[in-house]
Amino acid sequence: MPVDRTTPAVKGARIDLRGMTKRFGGSVAVDDVTLTVEPGEFMTFLGPSGSGKTTTLNMIAGFTDITAGTLEIDDRPVGDTPAHKRDIGVVFQHYALFPHMTVAENIAFPLRQRKISKDERRRLVAAALETVQLPGHAARYPGELSGGQQQRVALARAIVFSPRVLLMDEPLGALDRKLREFLQLEIKRIHREVGSTFVFVTHDQEEALILSDRIAVFNNAKIEQVGTAHELYERPATLFVARFLGESTILRGAARPEGAGSTLTGDGFAVRAPGRVDAGRDAALVVRPERLRLIPDEPGSAGRGASGGTPGGNAVPVTVLEEIYLGAARKLEVVLPGGARGLVREQAGALSGLRAGDRATLTWHPDDGVLLPDDPTIERIFT
Amino acid sequence: MSARLARAALWVTGVLVAAWLVAPTLVVIPLSFTDKVSLTFPPTGWSTRWYANFFGDPAWVAALANSLLVGVLVAVVATVLGTAAAFGLTRWTSRRGAAAASVLLLAPMIVPGIIVAIGVYAVFLKFQLAGSLAGFVAAHTVLALPFVVVSVTASLQTFDVRLETAAASLGAGRLATFRRVTLPLIMPGVVSGALFAFVTSFDEVVVSLFIQSPSLVTLPVQMYSSVTRETDPTLAAAATMILALTTVLVTGGLALSSRRNRAR
Repeated sequence: MPVDRTTPAVKGARIDLRGMTKRFGGSVAVDDVTLTVEPGEFMTFLGPSGSGKTTTLNMIAGFTDITAGTLEIDDRPVGDTPAHKRDIGVVFQHYALFPHMTVAENIAFPLRQRKISKDERRRLVAAALETVQLPGHAARYPGELSGGQQQRVALARAIVFSPRVLLMDEPLGALDRKLREFLQLEIKRIHREVGSTFVFVTHDQEEALILSDRIAVFNNAKIEQVGTAHELYERPATLFVARFLGESTILRGAARPEGAGSTLTGDGFAVRAPGRVDAGRDAALVVRPERLRLIPDEPGSAGRGASGGTPGGNAVPVTVLEEIYLGAARKLEVVLPGGARGLVREQAGALSGLRAGDRATLTWHPDDGVLLPDDPTIERIFT
Repeated sequence: MSARLARAALWVTGVLVAAWLVAPTLVVIPLSFTDKVSLTFPPTGWSTRWYANFFGDPAWVAALANSLLVGVLVAVVATVLGTAAAFGLTRWTSRRGAAAASVLLLAPMIVPGIIVAIGVYAVFLKFQLAGSLAGFVAAHTVLALPFVVVSVTASLQTFDVRLETAAASLGAGRLATFRRVTLPLIMPGVVSGALFAFVTSFDEVVVSLFIQSPSLVTLPVQMYSSVTRETDPTLAAAATMILALTTVLVTGGLALSSRRNRAR
């Protein structure tokens, strides 16, 4: 996608996390996390609460000591540098504006710490307020502003000293949906204009998809997968990633190698899948809703069963449970032979005409599925 | 109808209790303006001669000056130490340790003054601190410290520690963070603590009676010895001035803490 990349003000720094670990007493909050954030990149740490994403961010910021591993910013180890000497901007979920200072004084705070002259301070504060589109609010106190405005001020304060790294910890978490969507676009624009490396923490997958160049999915103190939104959605590396990002139909069974791929045999179906899983392990096949197609069973015919369907494709007999109207599309919830649920998305121009209670055949191209080792603990997280 | 009656009865009771509480204190005001040479109540004629007498007598003026000096020094020392202590208590990760330490710090508020006085006196005799300015400041600071600790701790408990994290991320070290973020935000608590500390020292009499010396007499001590020797109404004038000063300071202190609470 072409972007109107104005010349960025700063060159972003590279952040290298190697084997970063954080233990609190007996429990491990972050377990051996290794990751490189490229200069100027928008990296999102995505995961459920307690997955270690915020602790990792706090270690980068210097708010939390590192138990083991190394942290380098532009090849310089900074693990022992105190937070106030790291030159990293941070935006907090709770804004953390100084209530006894005006907006201008808040934004000038990091500049005063850096002994920048009064005239220069005034110029930089005005420019930062311009960037977050809040000119004319300089003399107000934080208490007089709305939540969205306060977060803009916090953002201005974090970028005014041109840090090469900007960390954001669920900055939109306290705002309502409309405002959140608007500020997401603002943050994206500011990232383009400023040019710093952004690390953004969120538990909202949609937010991660909208903002990020790359996403690191955290679960259970570890990174499950790092990749672009497209990679994570189309080629999830673990069942957790598949479940956390977007919706999917999951078929569980035993996989057996066949040709270049595998055959997955489950309760009432046998389908083909690309790739292999370790022998002897239960497998799960993940298929995204828009990759699936429903073919209505003709009355009288006994159903196409597992062998019919589109030539070369997989086919599983299902019953439609419910339809969810979405305007431009609709989603159909179906019941698979073993009783598990599946989800099919139909675009408005290509509706199947199926209704709740109808029997149909669920079909897809074998290459559109992703075969992964099954992880029975996953469902506990999502239900 | 009965509700209105009950309401009226409540009001009358309230006013009576309030009068009972403040009346003995307020009696000294008319007494100080009497034109007689004795403390007879109510006064039959009025004059300001006892105020003139107060400021004309070097003993009274010296006592007032001593009390003001000791009070200000105690306010400064107790505020610095008390604020540091309150910080330690609120930030101490061991809650049991903090609870134990706070009991120790607040003990002078609970222990009877006469016991503190005897202890202080014994120690001061040994180290020749009795009757010295340093001795007075040290002894009064012990008594004033709890007020500062209580007041500053209350401020710190409503202070958002995350602001300190934010300040660190913006390049401020611990000292700069304290000076520019924490201290301004807990200032109402610090100031009201300082006022209470001053007042505690200013009207302290028990310990002062023990550690006084002819060269250093505070106002309450001077008043006490005045009442035992001669009962001239200069005493009432002094009492009225102490009353006015402490009322203003304590009201100011309370106003500051209530403003702080409203801001939350």
